[in-house]
Amino acid sequence: MSDAAILPTTRDESWRYADADWLASADPAELSQWQEVSVAAGESQADTSVITTDGVTRIRVNLAEGARYHHVAIIGADGYARLEVEVTLAKGAHFEFGGVTIGGGEARQEFVTRTIHAEPNATSNQVVRAVQWGKAIGNFLGRIDVHRDAQKTDAGQNFRAILLEKGASANTKPELEIFADDVLCAHGAAIGALDETAAFYMAARGLPPQIARKLLVQAFIGDAFAEMEDELAREALMETALAHLELAVLEQAGDRE
Amino acid sequence: MLKIDNLHAEIDGQEGKKPILNGLTLEVAAGEIHAIMGPNGAGKSTLSYVLGGRPGYEVTQGSVTFNGQDLLDLEPHERASAGLFLGFQYPVEIPGVSNVQFLREALNAQRKARGEEALSGGEFLKLAKEKAGLLKLDMEMLKRQVNVGFSGGEKKRAEMVQMGILDPTFAVLDETDSGLDIDALRVVGEGINAIMRAQNKGVLLITHYQRLLDVVQPDKVSVLAGGRIVATGGPELAQRLEAEGYDAVMAEAEA
Ligand SMILES: Nc1ncnc2c1ncn2[C@@H]1O[C@H](COP(=O)(O)OP(=O)(O)OP(=O)(O)O)[C@@H](O)[C@H]1O
Ligand SMILES: [Mg+2]
Repeated sequence: MSDAAILPTTRDESWRYADADWLASADPAELSQWQEVSVAAGESQADTSVITTDGVTRIRVNLAEGARYHHVAIIGADGYARLEVEVTLAKGAHFEFGGVTIGGGEARQEFVTRTIHAEPNATSNQVVRAVQWGKAIGNFLGRIDVHRDAQKTDAGQNFRAILLEKGASANTKPELEIFADDVLCAHGAAIGALDETAAFYMAARGLPPQIARKLLVQAFIGDAFAEMEDELAREALMETALAHLELAVLEQAGDRE
Repeated sequence: MLKIDNLHAEIDGQEGKKPILNGLTLEVAAGEIHAIMGPNGAGKSTLSYVLGGRPGYEVTQGSVTFNGQDLLDLEPHERASAGLFLGFQYPVEIPGVSNVQFLREALNAQRKARGEEALSGGEFLKLAKEKAGLLKLDMEMLKRQVNVGFSGGEKKRAEMVQMGILDPTFAVLDETDSGLDIDALRVVGEGINAIMRAQNKGVLLITHYQRLLDVVQPDKVSVLAGGRIVATGGPELAQRLEAEGYDAVMAEAEA
């Protein structure tokens, strides 16, 4: 295949927020690899990814009729790390995605999803939460394709970012390619600072700033794990995500807004 | 136990700094409930935020001593573990955090700061149930997210459950009666009496209405206007304000 040899650049839509320097020195062969997942008709599968090293991970998912796939991912790498998920949904299938980017320093962490509603009555829901500080960047690019006969598609995307320090940033860009007419596509996005009114309310009850802000971050990223049924697995993943928080940043977050 | 002397404070708002408190002096002795009344915008909530140490509220002059200690020198959370409780005029919603989790963390943080042992999950729930019962708040409400989806009255009742659980020595209650129906007002008033009427405790009770004062009978009543205390008296002062209004009573105080 010819595309194996071509290196993407930040001019490519789905690489627009990528790290250009990293891309320029990347190995094209590695960038064109996909992990394949197929879920048979009526079956369900759940996966988690915890990405702590730089690089690109790509997963291509095929969902047969009525199949369900739930992917929950955390990116906590220090440099450029990207998780791409491409999902094709047959009739009545469901794709659930929960993603958390969490990091400071020079980290650039991104989720890129492409959700292809190829047949009618399929549903998808994606919740991504970004917590960044230092000069870190958190990105979510979610493309949704709804094919001509994929009526009654219901596709939701929600992205929210909390920037704990001034130099941090977040980007999101929904991309909708809709060729059916009876379709629901909901998209929400918000980028802001930690709720300092809530932090003061918590302090007024005796919570030191670190604990208060950690609780607020925990509540915030909890949205991405909310659909996990296994409570123990959910708590373990929460611990994993929170381990990336730097307590010193929490101490001062309010002063550096 | 709380001594406020010549307090000047300003709010660092969007349009720059704005002086709100202009030489406020007030003392509340242990065992006293002191009601504060005053027109809208007088600075009552500002006083409560300054006492709580809210960021953006800057003290420019004066002092506040709490049980002999310089209150203004403490961080907000340290004021709480020193025994100060702020009842908010507008309690804050915290999505994703349950009341039980929030209050248990808060209580144990306070206990830790005072060198006391943490309460176990079971001990905490028992205490929470008891205080929810006192305020006639359904225990199920405490399992929900902090103030999220609570009605105005439920929020105020939940504030008093929080106060019951944290058991402060001094409470500044900012319009805890607003938004309450007639029955809830009685329940909350009696809750305040049950939790805070004690020899070693004190309350600053900010209110606009006599109704709450009928239940929580204050020892003293002060009028706050223009960022200062302009009149202080006994419970009869509140009744006069209710009957004659601020303008008449204040005109007389100035004369
Ligand atoms: N964040 C802010 N920025 C600028 N001005 C403010 C801010 N918060 C309050 N103020 C102003 O400070 C003054 C005092 O407000 P405060 O809330 O203390 O009044 P209050 O006595 O509690 O009134 P009410 O009885 O209506 O609750 C008002 O003029 C108000 O508009
Ligand atoms: Mg007020």
